[in-house]
Amino acid sequence: MIGIEHFIVVGAILFVLGVLGIFLNRKNIIVILMSIELILLAVNINLVAFSAFLGDLTGQIFAMFVLTVAAGEAAIGLAILVIYFRSRGTIAVQDANQMKG
Amino acid sequence: MLLTIAFYLFATVVIASAVMVIMSRNPVHSVLWLILSFFNAAGLMVLVGAEFIAMLLVIVYVGAVAVLFLFVVMMLDIDFASMRAGFVRNAPLGIIIALILLAELVLGIGAYRAGALVLGTPDGTAAPLMFESNIESIGALLYSRYLFLFESAGIILLVAMIGAIVLTHRERPAAHRRAHQDIGKQVRRKPEDATVNASPAIGKGIDL
Repeated sequence: MIGIEHFIVVGAILFVLGVLGIFLNRKNIIVILMSIELILLAVNINLVAFSAFLGDLTGQIFAMFVLTVAAGEAAIGLAILVIYFRSRGTIAVQDANQMKG
Repeated sequence: MLLTIAFYLFATVVIASAVMVIMSRNPVHSVLWLILSFFNAAGLMVLVGAEFIAMLLVIVYVGAVAVLFLFVVMMLDIDFASMRAGFVRNAPLGIIIALILLAELVLGIGAYRAGALVLGTPDGTAAPLMFESNIESIGALLYSRYLFLFESAGIILLVAMIGAIVLTHRERPAAHRRAHQDIGKQVRRKPEDATVNASPAIGKGIDL
């Protein structure tokens, strides 16, 4: 029988894969954004699994808000990426030092 | 039994395609694997009875976010081979950190299984409605108790939309704009500005 632990394990593996993706593709910001989406997907799987197994719908509603924030973050991130590419001609984030941060 | 098979199928495909997202050489392939991953995560959510979130995942992630990624990847002319230069060099540190994180998560799950953690029990105020579908239960909760949060989610999306438009909007360059019709300029134009009377001497021609 599939219990809540199975879903938590899937969520944990997906989360770790997302973090690993950020480290492996440090130059490619598009894949970094995709890795962030994977992390948020893992969070959503956890929220929905707990919500379903505890019989409380708050988790599913919170998953919807996570989805909202993920969509907004992807839109803004890709917009910044497009204007960065327009002004610099590259998306190598390692030498992004215009703001001297 | 069928549930178990479906769970393992979806979980395996989710994890395998997530591996392909972070390992594949071409970002276009990464996006396509991401879409597969989202579809199978939606399948996992259907298995636990969260149909609304599953459909939302397919519509929002696959229909909007992944297609946005695909557009951007294909629009920007990037040399992706040079992007992978630090891949092998960063791998050991990344794998070490990933293993530490995984060990911590496994420890947490083990503590939960051993009974060391007590989860709060739901008070029943957000329980699914009896004899109603998942989406009706969510709707009843979303439009009553979480109404203001729902509205603020809409505000967040509006701000994101305006931000993305403002960031990427670009005025047309002046050289390109001159070809456009300017009605005010046409109406302001008078015959005296446009025509001249000239009486050239015989055999001299005229300066234009």
